[in-house]
Amino acid sequence: MIVAEQKPLNEIKTMIADAERVLLVGCGTCVTVCFAGGTKEVDLLATSLRMSTKLDGNGKVVDEFTVQRQCEWEYNEPLKEKLDDYDLVVSLGCGVGVQTLNEQFPQKQFVPGLNTAFMGLPTEQGVWEERCAACGNCILDKTGGICPIARCAKQLLNGPCGGSQNGVCEIESDVPCAWQLIWERANDLGQIDRLMELQPAKDWRTSRDGGPRKIVREDLRLVAHEEE
Amino acid sequence: MTTSTNGYKVGSNLERMIRSGEFVVTGELGPPQGHHAEEIREKAALLKGYVDAVNITDNQTAIVRMSSIAAGAIVVQEGLEPIIQMTCRDRNRLAIQSDLLGAAALGCQNLLCLSGDHQSFGNHPGAKNVHDIDSMQLVQMVKNLRDENIFECGDVIKEGGPRFLVGAAVNPFGDPFEWRPYRLAKKVAAGADFVQTQLIYDIPRFKEFMKRVVDMGLHEKVAILAGVGPLKSVGMAKYMRDKVPGMIVEDRYIDGMTDAITGIEPLPPLTKRRKALKAQLQELGEDDPARAEIEAELAELAPRIKEIQAERNKNWREKGIQMCIEQIQELREVEGVAGVHIMAIEWEAAVKPITEGAGLLPRPNVGSNGSG
Ligand code: SF4
Ligand code: SF4
Repeated sequence: MIVAEQKPLNEIKTMIADAERVLLVGCGTCVTVCFAGGTKEVDLLATSLRMSTKLDGNGKVVDEFTVQRQCEWEYNEPLKEKLDDYDLVVSLGCGVGVQTLNEQFPQKQFVPGLNTAFMGLPTEQGVWEERCAACGNCILDKTGGICPIARCAKQLLNGPCGGSQNGVCEIESDVPCAWQLIWERANDLGQIDRLMELQPAKDWRTSRDGGPRKIVREDLRLVAHEEE
Repeated sequence: MTTSTNGYKVGSNLERMIRSGEFVVTGELGPPQGHHAEEIREKAALLKGYVDAVNITDNQTAIVRMSSIAAGAIVVQEGLEPIIQMTCRDRNRLAIQSDLLGAAALGCQNLLCLSGDHQSFGNHPGAKNVHDIDSMQLVQMVKNLRDENIFECGDVIKEGGPRFLVGAAVNPFGDPFEWRPYRLAKKVAAGADFVQTQLIYDIPRFKEFMKRVVDMGLHEKVAILAGVGPLKSVGMAKYMRDKVPGMIVEDRYIDGMTDAITGIEPLPPLTKRRKALKAQLQELGEDDPARAEIEAELAELAPRIKEIQAERNKNWREKGIQMCIEQIQELREVEGVAGVHIMAIEWEAAVKPITEGAGLLPRPNVGSNGSG
Protein backbone atom coordinates (compact mmCIF):
# COMPACT_ATOMS: atom_id res chain seq x y z
CA MET A 1 0.00 0.00 0.00
CA ILE A 2 0.88 3.63 -0.18
CA VAL A 3 2.05 4.85 3.20
CA ALA A 4 1.65 8.45 4.26
CA GLU A 5 1.59 10.55 7.39
CA GLN A 6 -0.13 13.75 8.31
CA LYS A 7 1.64 17.06 7.89
CA PRO A 8 2.26 19.11 11.04
CA LEU A 9 -0.84 21.06 12.07
CA ASN A 10 0.92 24.40 11.72
CA GLU A 11 1.87 23.68 8.13
CA ILE A 12 -1.74 22.86 7.30
CA LYS A 13 -2.86 26.02 9.10
CA THR A 14 -0.50 28.07 6.97
CA MET A 15 -1.91 26.51 3.83
CA ILE A 16 -5.48 27.35 4.78
CA ALA A 17 -4.71 30.79 6.26
CA ASP A 18 -6.52 32.77 3.54
CA ALA A 19 -9.62 30.57 3.43
CA GLU A 20 -12.79 31.07 5.47
CA ARG A 21 -14.50 27.83 4.59
CA VAL A 22 -12.43 24.68 4.29
CA LEU A 23 -13.35 21.13 3.31
CA LEU A 24 -11.21 18.15 4.36
CA VAL A 25 -11.44 15.19 2.01
CA GLY A 26 -10.21 11.81 3.22
CA CYS A 27 -9.65 8.63 1.25
CA GLY A 28 -10.95 5.21 2.22
CA THR A 29 -8.15 3.12 0.76
CA CYS A 30 -4.40 3.03 1.55
CA VAL A 31 -4.29 6.07 3.82
CA THR A 32 -7.18 4.74 5.85
CA VAL A 33 -5.31 1.52 6.45
CA CYS A 34 -2.19 3.40 7.53
CA PHE A 35 -4.18 5.70 9.82
CA ALA A 36 -3.27 8.90 8.01
CA GLY A 37 -6.26 10.06 5.99
CA GLY A 38 -9.40 8.01 6.66
CA THR A 39 -12.70 9.17 8.16
CA LYS A 40 -11.26 9.05 11.67
CA GLU A 41 -8.21 11.13 10.84
CA VAL A 42 -10.30 13.62 8.86
CA ASP A 43 -12.52 14.02 11.89
CA LEU A 44 -9.60 14.53 14.24
CA LEU A 45 -7.92 17.03 12.00
CA ALA A 46 -11.16 18.96 11.41
CA THR A 47 -11.70 19.25 15.16
CA SER A 48 -8.12 20.39 15.75
CA LEU A 49 -8.36 22.99 13.00
CA ARG A 50 -11.68 24.34 14.26
CA MET A 51 -10.41 24.64 17.81
CA SER A 52 -7.06 25.97 16.92
CA THR A 53 -8.26 28.63 14.48
CA LYS A 54 -10.89 29.68 17.00
CA LEU A 55 -8.26 30.11 19.68
CA ASP A 56 -6.26 32.19 17.23
CA GLY A 57 -9.27 34.45 16.88
CA ASN A 58 -10.16 33.60 13.28
CA GLY A 59 -12.33 30.51 13.61
CA LYS A 60 -12.91 28.80 10.30
CA VAL A 61 -15.63 26.54 9.02
CA VAL A 62 -14.01 23.14 8.59
CA ASP A 63 -16.20 20.40 7.11
CA GLU A 64 -15.44 16.75 6.45
CA PHE A 65 -15.98 14.26 3.69
CA THR A 66 -14.33 10.97 2.83
CA VAL A 67 -14.48 9.22 -0.54
CA GLN A 68 -13.79 5.56 -1.10
CA ARG A 69 -10.82 6.03 -3.44
CA GLN A 70 -9.49 9.48 -4.26
CA CYS A 71 -7.30 8.26 -7.10
CA GLU A 72 -10.23 7.37 -9.34
CA TRP A 73 -12.46 9.95 -10.92
CA GLU A 74 -15.73 8.13 -10.48
CA TYR A 75 -15.33 7.86 -6.72
CA ASN A 76 -14.87 11.61 -6.47
CA GLU A 77 -18.10 12.53 -8.28
CA PRO A 78 -20.14 13.02 -5.06
CA LEU A 79 -17.78 15.87 -4.17
CA LYS A 80 -18.80 17.94 -7.15
CA GLU A 81 -21.90 19.58 -5.69
CA LYS A 82 -20.20 20.38 -2.38
CA LEU A 83 -17.22 22.25 -3.70
CA ASP A 84 -18.97 25.57 -4.31
CA ASP A 85 -19.44 26.01 -0.57
CA TYR A 86 -15.71 26.12 0.14
CA ASP A 87 -12.75 28.40 -0.51
CA LEU A 88 -10.19 25.62 -0.29
CA VAL A 89 -10.04 21.85 0.01
CA VAL A 90 -7.41 19.93 1.98
CA SER A 91 -6.98 16.43 0.65
CA LEU A 92 -6.00 13.71 3.08
CA GLY A 93 -5.35 11.35 0.23
CA CYS A 94 -1.89 10.45 -1.02
CA GLY A 95 -0.12 12.61 -3.60
CA VAL A 96 -2.05 10.81 -6.32
CA GLY A 97 -5.33 11.69 -4.66
CA VAL A 98 -4.46 15.38 -4.37
CA GLN A 99 -3.57 15.52 -8.06
CA THR A 100 -6.62 13.57 -9.15
CA LEU A 101 -8.83 16.13 -7.40
CA ASN A 102 -6.99 19.12 -8.87
CA GLU A 103 -7.28 17.61 -12.34
CA GLN A 104 -10.89 16.65 -11.96
CA PHE A 105 -12.15 19.92 -10.47
CA PRO A 106 -9.91 22.66 -11.83
CA GLN A 107 -12.23 25.40 -10.56
CA LYS A 108 -11.13 24.62 -7.01
CA GLN A 109 -7.75 24.31 -5.32
CA PHE A 110 -6.81 21.17 -3.41
CA VAL A 111 -3.80 21.21 -1.07
CA PRO A 112 -2.06 18.24 0.56
CA GLY A 113 -2.71 17.40 4.19
CA LEU A 114 -0.39 14.40 4.09
CA ASN A 115 3.19 13.68 3.22
CA THR A 116 3.17 10.63 1.00
CA ALA A 117 6.13 8.55 2.05
CA PHE A 118 6.49 5.21 0.28
CA MET A 119 5.05 1.89 -0.82
CA GLY A 120 5.30 -0.58 1.95
CA LEU A 121 3.58 -2.59 4.63
CA PRO A 122 2.94 -2.52 8.35
CA THR A 123 5.52 -4.76 10.00
CA GLU A 124 3.96 -4.38 13.43
CA GLN A 125 1.17 -2.28 14.89
CA GLY A 126 2.18 1.33 14.26
CA VAL A 127 5.27 0.58 12.15
CA TRP A 128 5.40 0.76 8.37
CA GLU A 129 8.38 -0.07 6.19
CA GLU A 130 9.23 0.62 2.57
CA ARG A 131 9.39 -2.34 0.21
CA CYS A 132 9.18 -1.21 -3.42
CA ALA A 133 10.44 1.86 -5.28
CA ALA A 134 8.50 1.12 -8.50
CA CYS A 135 11.62 0.81 -10.62
CA GLY A 136 9.51 -0.57 -13.44
CA ASN A 137 11.58 -3.69 -14.01
CA CYS A 138 11.33 -6.05 -11.08
CA ILE A 139 14.38 -8.11 -10.14
CA LEU A 140 13.01 -9.78 -7.03
CA ASP A 141 13.57 -13.19 -8.65
CA LYS A 142 17.31 -12.53 -8.53
CA THR A 143 17.49 -11.26 -4.98
CA GLY A 144 15.55 -13.80 -2.99
CA GLY A 145 12.42 -11.68 -2.97
CA ILE A 146 14.07 -8.76 -1.16
CA CYS A 147 14.37 -5.49 -3.04
CA PRO A 148 17.82 -3.84 -2.99
CA ILE A 149 16.53 -0.82 -4.86
CA ALA A 150 14.01 0.16 -2.23
CA ARG A 151 15.81 -1.28 0.77
CA CYS A 152 19.55 -0.80 0.28
CA ALA A 153 20.57 2.78 1.05
CA LYS A 154 22.85 2.71 -2.01
CA GLN A 155 20.66 0.67 -4.35
CA LEU A 156 23.49 -1.81 -4.79
CA LEU A 157 22.76 -4.65 -7.19
CA ASN A 158 25.80 -6.84 -6.66
CA GLY A 159 26.15 -7.36 -2.94
CA PRO A 160 26.69 -5.48 0.30
CA CYS A 161 28.88 -2.41 0.72
CA GLY A 162 31.64 -2.37 3.32
CA GLY A 163 29.42 -0.73 5.92
CA SER A 164 27.16 -3.67 6.61
CA GLN A 165 27.68 -4.95 10.14
CA ASN A 166 25.71 -7.13 12.54
CA GLY A 167 22.81 -7.13 10.13
CA VAL A 168 22.29 -3.39 10.05
CA CYS A 169 22.92 -0.77 7.41
CA GLU A 170 25.69 1.76 7.85
CA ILE A 171 23.22 4.64 7.84
CA GLU A 172 21.24 3.78 10.96
CA SER A 173 21.32 1.10 13.59
CA ASP A 174 17.61 0.34 13.24
CA VAL A 175 17.71 -0.16 9.46
CA PRO A 176 18.34 -3.75 8.43
CA CYS A 177 20.97 -4.19 5.71
CA ALA A 178 19.07 -5.36 2.64
CA TRP A 179 22.05 -7.39 1.46
CA GLN A 180 22.33 -9.21 4.76
CA LEU A 181 18.69 -10.22 4.30
CA ILE A 182 19.27 -11.16 0.67
CA TRP A 183 22.27 -13.27 1.60
CA GLU A 184 20.40 -15.13 4.33
CA ARG A 185 17.43 -15.75 2.09
CA ALA A 186 19.60 -16.93 -0.83
CA ASN A 187 21.42 -19.20 1.59
CA ASP A 188 18.13 -20.70 2.79
CA LEU A 189 16.97 -21.19 -0.77
CA GLY A 190 20.31 -22.72 -1.78
CA GLN A 191 20.74 -19.98 -4.39
CA ILE A 192 24.01 -18.33 -3.41
CA ASP A 193 25.26 -19.02 -6.94
CA ARG A 194 22.63 -16.63 -8.28
CA LEU A 195 24.15 -13.84 -6.23
CA MET A 196 27.48 -14.54 -7.92
CA GLU A 197 26.12 -13.56 -11.32
CA LEU A 198 27.24 -10.06 -12.18
CA GLN A 199 24.20 -7.84 -12.47
CA PRO A 200 24.83 -5.37 -15.27
CA ALA A 201 24.18 -1.66 -14.94
CA LYS A 202 20.44 -1.20 -14.64
CA ASP A 203 18.44 0.47 -17.36
CA TRP A 204 16.68 3.15 -15.34
CA ARG A 205 14.40 4.24 -18.18
CA THR A 206 11.57 2.22 -16.69
CA SER A 207 12.10 4.05 -13.42
CA ARG A 208 11.37 7.70 -12.69
CA ASP A 209 14.55 8.63 -14.55
CA GLY A 210 12.83 7.93 -17.85
CA GLY A 211 10.33 10.70 -17.20
CA PRO A 212 6.74 10.33 -16.03
CA ARG A 213 5.55 6.82 -16.68
CA LYS A 214 2.42 5.63 -18.36
CA ILE A 215 0.95 2.24 -19.15
CA VAL A 216 -1.41 1.82 -22.10
CA ARG A 217 -3.38 -1.40 -22.48
CA GLU A 218 -5.03 -1.32 -25.89
CA ASP A 219 -6.95 -4.48 -25.05
CA LEU A 220 -8.73 -2.63 -22.28
CA ARG A 221 -9.37 0.71 -23.92
CA LEU A 222 -12.96 1.49 -24.81
CA VAL A 223 -12.15 3.54 -27.89
CA ALA A 224 -9.74 2.29 -30.52
CA HIS A 225 -6.72 4.58 -30.84
CA GLU A 226 -5.03 3.19 -33.89
CA GLU A 227 -4.79 6.59 -35.53
CA GLU A 228 -2.67 8.06 -32.73
CA MET B 1 47.10 8.26 -26.83
CA THR B 2 48.51 5.67 -24.44
CA THR B 3 48.73 2.04 -25.39
CA SER B 4 49.87 -0.83 -23.27
CA THR B 5 53.45 -1.87 -23.70
CA ASN B 6 55.52 -4.91 -22.86
CA GLY B 7 52.51 -6.89 -21.80
CA TYR B 8 51.43 -4.35 -19.20
CA LYS B 9 47.79 -3.39 -19.16
CA VAL B 10 48.63 0.16 -18.24
CA GLY B 11 52.29 0.31 -17.34
CA SER B 12 51.82 2.38 -14.20
CA ASN B 13 54.33 2.13 -11.43
CA LEU B 14 51.74 0.33 -9.33
CA GLU B 15 51.19 -2.28 -12.02
CA ARG B 16 54.92 -2.77 -12.48
CA MET B 17 55.38 -3.20 -8.74
CA ILE B 18 52.60 -5.75 -8.57
CA ARG B 19 53.99 -7.68 -11.53
CA SER B 20 57.52 -7.63 -10.14
CA GLY B 21 56.34 -9.59 -7.12
CA GLU B 22 57.85 -7.02 -4.77
CA PHE B 23 55.88 -6.19 -1.63
CA VAL B 24 53.72 -3.24 -2.69
CA VAL B 25 53.16 -0.12 -0.59
CA THR B 26 50.39 2.36 -1.29
CA GLY B 27 49.43 5.39 0.74
CA GLU B 28 46.58 7.81 1.01
CA LEU B 29 46.24 11.53 0.50
CA GLY B 30 43.08 13.44 1.33
CA PRO B 31 42.48 16.53 -0.82
CA PRO B 32 41.79 19.74 1.11
CA GLN B 33 38.40 21.26 1.83
CA GLY B 34 39.56 24.18 -0.22
CA HIS B 35 41.21 25.12 -3.47
CA HIS B 36 44.85 25.55 -2.56
CA ALA B 37 47.23 23.30 -4.45
CA GLU B 38 50.02 23.92 -1.96
CA GLU B 39 48.49 21.66 0.66
CA ILE B 40 48.52 18.76 -1.78
CA ARG B 41 52.11 19.42 -2.78
CA GLU B 42 53.15 19.43 0.88
CA LYS B 43 51.42 16.14 1.55
CA ALA B 44 52.84 14.63 -1.62
CA ALA B 45 56.33 15.58 -0.45
CA LEU B 46 55.74 13.64 2.77
CA LEU B 47 54.82 10.52 0.80
CA LYS B 48 57.11 10.62 -2.21
CA GLY B 49 59.73 7.91 -2.12
CA TYR B 50 57.96 5.97 0.62
CA VAL B 51 54.99 4.59 -1.32
CA ASP B 52 54.58 3.19 -4.84
CA ALA B 53 51.35 5.02 -5.47
CA VAL B 54 48.93 7.07 -3.42
CA ASN B 55 45.12 6.98 -3.19
CA ILE B 56 43.47 10.33 -3.69
CA THR B 57 40.18 10.18 -1.83
CA ASP B 58 36.90 11.22 -3.45
CA ASN B 59 34.79 13.40 -1.13
CA GLN B 60 35.73 11.06 1.65
CA THR B 61 33.04 10.43 4.28
CA ALA B 62 30.74 12.46 2.03
CA ILE B 63 32.44 15.74 2.92
CA VAL B 64 33.05 18.13 0.03
CA ARG B 65 36.70 18.32 -0.88
CA MET B 66 38.74 19.18 -3.92
CA SER B 67 38.09 16.78 -6.79
CA SER B 68 40.17 13.63 -6.55
CA ILE B 69 41.11 13.95 -10.22
CA ALA B 70 42.26 17.57 -9.91
CA ALA B 71 44.26 16.68 -6.80
CA GLY B 72 45.58 13.60 -8.60
CA ALA B 73 46.82 15.74 -11.48
CA ILE B 74 48.74 17.90 -9.00
CA VAL B 75 50.21 14.77 -7.44
CA VAL B 76 51.37 13.67 -10.91
CA GLN B 77 53.15 17.03 -11.28
CA GLU B 78 54.91 16.29 -8.01
CA GLY B 79 56.29 13.06 -9.43
CA LEU B 80 54.11 10.78 -7.33
CA GLU B 81 51.70 8.29 -8.84
CA PRO B 82 48.03 8.73 -7.92
CA ILE B 83 45.32 6.10 -7.51
CA ILE B 84 42.17 8.08 -8.22
CA GLN B 85 39.26 7.11 -6.03
CA MET B 86 35.86 7.25 -7.69
CA THR B 87 32.59 6.73 -5.85
CA CYS B 88 29.21 5.87 -7.33
CA ARG B 89 27.51 8.17 -4.86
CA ASP B 90 28.02 11.47 -6.62
CA ARG B 91 28.06 10.74 -10.34
CA ASN B 92 26.06 8.79 -12.88
CA ARG B 93 27.61 6.75 -15.68
CA LEU B 94 27.87 9.79 -17.95
CA ALA B 95 29.70 11.90 -15.39
CA ILE B 96 31.99 9.05 -14.35
CA GLN B 97 33.10 8.25 -17.89
CA SER B 98 33.57 11.89 -18.76
CA ASP B 99 35.69 12.37 -15.64
CA LEU B 100 37.70 9.27 -16.48
CA LEU B 101 38.53 10.62 -19.92
CA GLY B 102 39.74 13.76 -18.21
CA ALA B 103 41.70 11.85 -15.59
CA ALA B 104 43.49 9.85 -18.28
CA ALA B 105 44.30 13.05 -20.17
CA LEU B 106 45.85 14.42 -16.98
CA GLY B 107 48.15 11.44 -16.60
CA CYS B 108 46.26 9.37 -14.03
CA GLN B 109 46.61 5.62 -14.57
CA ASN B 110 45.15 3.87 -11.54
CA LEU B 111 41.56 3.94 -10.38
CA LEU B 112 39.86 2.68 -7.25
CA CYS B 113 36.15 1.94 -7.66
CA LEU B 114 33.98 2.52 -4.59
CA SER B 115 30.32 2.68 -3.59
CA GLY B 116 31.03 5.69 -1.39
CA ASP B 117 30.06 6.39 2.20
CA HIS B 118 26.43 7.32 2.55
CA GLN B 119 25.83 11.08 2.30
CA SER B 120 24.20 11.09 5.74
CA PHE B 121 27.72 10.88 7.25
CA GLY B 122 28.95 14.04 5.61
CA ASN B 123 28.36 17.75 5.51
CA HIS B 124 25.54 17.67 2.96
CA PRO B 125 23.21 15.09 4.48
CA GLY B 126 20.30 16.49 2.45
CA ALA B 127 21.99 15.68 -0.86
CA LYS B 128 20.45 13.31 -3.35
CA ASN B 129 22.64 10.27 -3.95
CA VAL B 130 23.15 8.86 -7.40
CA HIS B 131 24.11 5.17 -7.35
CA ASP B 132 23.25 4.85 -11.02
CA ILE B 133 25.77 2.02 -11.15
CA ASP B 134 27.36 0.18 -8.23
CA SER B 135 31.05 -0.35 -7.54
CA MET B 136 30.99 -3.78 -9.18
CA GLN B 137 29.52 -2.37 -12.37
CA LEU B 138 32.03 0.48 -12.21
CA VAL B 139 34.89 -2.03 -12.13
CA GLN B 140 33.46 -3.70 -15.19
CA MET B 141 32.89 -0.41 -16.98
CA VAL B 142 36.46 0.77 -16.42
CA LYS B 143 37.81 -2.57 -17.58
CA ASN B 144 35.71 -2.37 -20.73
CA LEU B 145 36.89 1.16 -21.43
CA ARG B 146 40.42 -0.20 -21.38
CA ASP B 147 40.16 -3.70 -22.82
CA GLU B 148 37.20 -3.42 -25.19
CA ASN B 149 37.51 0.26 -26.05
CA ILE B 150 33.82 0.73 -25.45
CA PHE B 151 31.76 3.10 -23.40
CA GLU B 152 29.18 1.67 -21.03
CA CYS B 153 26.50 2.01 -23.72
CA GLY B 154 28.55 -0.14 -26.07
CA ASP B 155 29.70 2.66 -28.39
CA VAL B 156 33.22 2.13 -29.65
CA ILE B 157 35.82 4.70 -28.60
CA LYS B 158 37.56 5.26 -31.90
CA GLU B 159 40.84 6.55 -30.52
CA GLY B 160 40.90 3.75 -27.94
CA GLY B 161 39.56 3.90 -24.40
CA PRO B 162 41.30 5.46 -21.39
CA ARG B 163 43.56 2.97 -19.66
CA PHE B 164 43.41 2.46 -15.91
CA LEU B 165 44.66 -0.23 -13.61
CA VAL B 166 41.39 -1.16 -11.93
CA GLY B 167 41.20 -1.30 -8.18
CA ALA B 168 38.41 -2.06 -5.75
CA ALA B 169 37.89 -2.10 -2.01
CA VAL B 170 37.24 -5.14 0.12
CA ASN B 171 36.10 -5.18 3.69
CA PRO B 172 36.96 -8.49 5.33
CA PHE B 173 35.18 -7.27 8.48
CA GLY B 174 31.85 -6.34 6.99
CA ASP B 175 28.90 -8.66 7.24
CA PRO B 176 27.76 -11.12 6.09
CA PHE B 177 31.26 -12.41 6.87
CA GLU B 178 30.85 -15.58 4.75
CA TRP B 179 29.86 -13.45 1.76
CA ARG B 180 33.04 -11.37 1.75
CA PRO B 181 35.33 -13.80 -0.11
CA TYR B 182 32.56 -14.26 -2.68
CA ARG B 183 32.20 -10.55 -3.10
CA LEU B 184 35.93 -10.37 -3.77
CA ALA B 185 35.57 -13.18 -6.31
CA LYS B 186 32.85 -11.20 -8.01
CA LYS B 187 35.03 -8.10 -8.17
CA VAL B 188 37.84 -10.16 -9.67
CA ALA B 189 35.45 -11.56 -12.25
CA ALA B 190 34.27 -8.02 -13.00
CA GLY B 191 37.87 -7.02 -13.74
CA ALA B 192 39.66 -5.82 -10.60
CA ASP B 193 43.45 -5.87 -10.96
CA PHE B 194 44.14 -4.96 -7.35
CA VAL B 195 42.15 -4.52 -4.17
CA GLN B 196 42.79 -2.64 -0.96
CA THR B 197 41.22 -3.76 2.29
CA GLN B 198 39.52 -1.87 5.07
CA LEU B 199 41.82 -1.00 7.98
CA ILE B 200 42.83 -4.21 9.70
CA TYR B 201 42.72 -4.14 13.49
CA ASP B 202 41.72 -7.77 13.82
CA ILE B 203 44.43 -9.87 12.24
CA PRO B 204 43.01 -13.28 13.27
CA ARG B 205 39.78 -12.49 11.48
CA PHE B 206 41.67 -11.18 8.48
CA LYS B 207 43.68 -14.41 8.35
CA GLU B 208 40.47 -16.39 8.38
CA PHE B 209 39.23 -14.32 5.44
CA MET B 210 42.52 -14.75 3.58
CA LYS B 211 42.45 -18.49 4.08
CA ARG B 212 39.14 -18.63 2.20
CA VAL B 213 40.53 -16.28 -0.43
CA VAL B 214 43.61 -18.43 -0.96
CA ASP B 215 41.52 -21.60 -1.06
CA MET B 216 39.50 -20.00 -3.83
CA GLY B 217 42.73 -19.08 -5.63
CA LEU B 218 41.77 -15.42 -5.75
CA HIS B 219 45.17 -14.16 -4.59
CA GLU B 220 46.62 -15.42 -7.86
CA LYS B 221 44.23 -13.32 -9.91
CA VAL B 222 44.28 -10.06 -8.00
CA ALA B 223 46.84 -8.20 -5.92
CA ILE B 224 45.54 -7.91 -2.37
CA LEU B 225 46.87 -4.95 -0.43
CA ALA B 226 46.19 -5.15 3.30
CA GLY B 227 44.93 -1.91 4.83
CA VAL B 228 46.77 -0.56 7.87
CA GLY B 229 46.92 2.76 9.65
CA PRO B 230 48.63 4.20 12.71
CA LEU B 231 46.38 4.95 15.66
CA LYS B 232 46.74 8.40 17.17
CA SER B 233 45.07 7.97 20.55
CA VAL B 234 42.93 5.70 22.71
CA GLY B 235 39.97 7.82 21.70
CA MET B 236 40.58 7.19 18.03
CA ALA B 237 40.85 3.44 18.57
CA LYS B 238 37.60 3.39 20.52
CA TYR B 239 35.87 5.57 17.98
CA MET B 240 36.82 3.18 15.20
CA ARG B 241 35.66 0.23 17.22
CA ASP B 242 32.34 1.72 18.27
CA LYS B 243 31.37 4.22 15.64
CA VAL B 244 32.74 3.24 12.23
CA PRO B 245 30.40 0.85 10.43
CA GLY B 246 32.08 -2.29 9.14
CA MET B 247 35.11 -2.06 11.39
CA ILE B 248 36.44 -4.38 14.09
CA VAL B 249 39.17 -3.34 16.53
CA GLU B 250 40.76 -5.94 18.76
CA ASP B 251 41.30 -5.07 22.42
CA ARG B 252 45.03 -5.28 22.08
CA TYR B 253 45.07 -2.02 20.11
CA ILE B 254 42.99 -0.22 22.71
CA ASP B 255 45.17 -1.69 25.48
CA GLY B 256 48.34 -0.80 23.61
CA MET B 257 47.30 2.81 23.35
CA THR B 258 46.16 2.89 26.97
CA ASP B 259 49.48 1.45 28.14
CA ALA B 260 51.39 3.99 26.09
CA ILE B 261 50.43 6.77 28.47
CA THR B 262 50.75 5.00 31.81
CA GLY B 263 53.23 6.84 33.95
CA ILE B 264 52.12 10.20 32.61
CA GLU B 265 50.14 12.30 35.06
CA PRO B 266 46.44 11.64 34.28
CA LEU B 267 44.80 14.46 32.41
CA PRO B 268 41.08 14.16 33.29
CA PRO B 269 41.37 15.45 36.91
CA LEU B 270 43.10 18.57 35.61
CA THR B 271 40.67 19.27 32.80
CA LYS B 272 37.80 18.67 35.20
CA ARG B 273 39.30 21.14 37.64
CA ARG B 274 39.71 23.66 34.85
CA LYS B 275 36.10 23.27 33.85
CA ALA B 276 34.93 23.73 37.45
CA LEU B 277 37.06 26.85 37.86
CA LYS B 278 35.73 28.35 34.67
CA ALA B 279 32.19 27.68 35.83
CA GLN B 280 32.97 29.43 39.11
CA LEU B 281 34.30 32.44 37.24
CA GLN B 282 31.10 32.64 35.26
CA GLU B 283 29.15 32.86 38.49
CA LEU B 284 31.22 35.71 39.89
CA GLY B 285 30.68 39.38 39.12
CA GLU B 286 33.17 41.31 36.97
CA ASP B 287 35.00 42.83 39.94
CA ASP B 288 34.53 40.19 42.58
CA PRO B 289 37.76 39.94 44.63
CA ALA B 290 37.51 36.13 44.62
CA ARG B 291 38.30 36.11 40.89
CA ALA B 292 42.00 36.72 41.37
CA GLU B 293 42.65 33.44 43.14
CA ILE B 294 40.69 31.41 40.58
CA GLU B 295 42.40 33.12 37.69
CA ALA B 296 45.76 32.42 39.22
CA GLU B 297 44.97 28.73 39.53
CA LEU B 298 43.74 28.65 35.94
CA ALA B 299 46.92 30.30 34.75
CA GLU B 300 48.92 27.70 36.55
CA LEU B 301 46.84 24.84 35.14
CA ALA B 302 47.11 25.84 31.50
CA PRO B 303 50.78 25.04 30.87
CA ARG B 304 50.54 21.83 32.91
CA ILE B 305 47.65 20.60 30.80
CA LYS B 306 49.45 21.54 27.63
CA GLU B 307 52.56 19.75 28.70
CA ILE B 308 50.70 16.56 29.58
CA GLN B 309 48.78 16.68 26.33
CA ALA B 310 52.00 17.02 24.39
CA GLU B 311 53.55 14.15 26.26
CA ARG B 312 50.52 11.93 25.72
CA ASN B 313 50.41 12.72 22.03
CA LYS B 314 54.07 11.97 21.65
CA ASN B 315 53.71 8.59 23.37
CA TRP B 316 50.56 7.75 21.48
CA ARG B 317 52.04 8.57 18.14
CA GLU B 318 55.16 6.57 18.83
CA LYS B 319 53.06 3.65 19.94
CA GLY B 320 50.72 4.05 16.98
CA ILE B 321 53.62 3.91 14.55
CA GLN B 322 55.20 1.00 16.37
CA MET B 323 51.97 -1.02 16.34
CA CYS B 324 51.48 -0.23 12.68
CA ILE B 325 54.97 -1.56 11.91
CA GLU B 326 54.16 -4.74 13.80
CA GLN B 327 50.90 -5.09 11.90
CA ILE B 328 52.71 -4.80 8.59
CA GLN B 329 55.27 -7.37 9.63
CA GLU B 330 52.56 -9.77 10.65
CA LEU B 331 50.46 -9.17 7.54
CA ARG B 332 53.45 -9.65 5.29
CA GLU B 333 53.60 -13.24 6.46
CA VAL B 334 49.97 -13.94 5.56
CA GLU B 335 49.67 -16.01 2.40
CA GLY B 336 48.14 -14.09 -0.46
CA VAL B 337 48.97 -10.59 0.77
CA ALA B 338 50.76 -8.69 -2.00
CA GLY B 339 51.38 -5.48 -0.14
CA VAL B 340 50.04 -2.92 2.28
CA HIS B 341 47.90 0.12 1.92
CA ILE B 342 48.86 2.63 4.61
CA MET B 343 46.11 5.03 5.58
CA ALA B 344 47.62 7.85 7.59
CA ILE B 345 45.12 10.53 6.67
CA GLU B 346 46.04 13.94 8.10
CA TRP B 347 49.22 12.33 9.40
CA GLU B 348 51.16 11.75 6.22
CA ALA B 349 54.44 12.30 8.09
CA ALA B 350 53.92 8.92 9.76
CA VAL B 351 54.41 7.03 6.52
CA LYS B 352 58.16 7.47 6.43
CA PRO B 353 58.87 6.07 9.91
CA ILE B 354 56.36 3.27 9.32
CA THR B 355 57.84 2.12 6.03
CA GLU B 356 61.33 2.58 7.39
CA GLY B 357 60.55 0.62 10.55
CA ALA B 358 58.90 -2.16 8.57
CA GLY B 359 61.99 -2.50 6.38
CA LEU B 360 60.18 -1.38 3.26
CA LEU B 361 62.66 1.31 2.23
CA PRO B 362 64.01 2.17 -0.20
CA ARG B 363 61.12 1.46 -2.55
CA PRO B 364 62.31 -0.73 -5.42
CA ASN B 365 62.73 0.91 -8.79
CA VAL B 366 60.73 -1.06 -11.32
CA GLY B 367 61.31 1.18 -14.31
CA SER B 368 59.46 4.30 -15.23
CA ASN B 369 56.68 4.68 -17.74
CA GLY B 370 57.49 8.30 -18.30
CA SER B 371 54.68 9.77 -16.25
CA GLY B 372 56.54 10.17 -12.99
S1 SF4 C 1 12.91 -4.43 -8.09
FE1 SF4 C 1 11.77 -2.59 -8.71
S2 SF4 C 1 9.65 -3.26 -8.97
FE2 SF4 C 1 10.70 -4.91 -7.85
S3 SF4 C 1 10.33 -4.44 -5.70
FE3 SF4 C 1 12.23 -3.43 -6.23
S4 SF4 C 1 11.69 -1.36 -6.88
FE4 SF4 C 1 9.82 -2.59 -6.85
S1 SF4 D 1 24.88 -1.48 4.67
FE1 SF4 D 1 23.62 -2.86 3.41
S2 SF4 D 1 21.71 -1.75 3.05
FE2 SF4 D 1 23.18 -0.26 3.82
S3 SF4 D 1 24.06 0.66 2.00
FE3 SF4 D 1 25.42 -1.03 2.55
S4 SF4 D 1 24.67 -2.82 1.45
FE4 SF4 D 1 23.06 -1.26 1.34
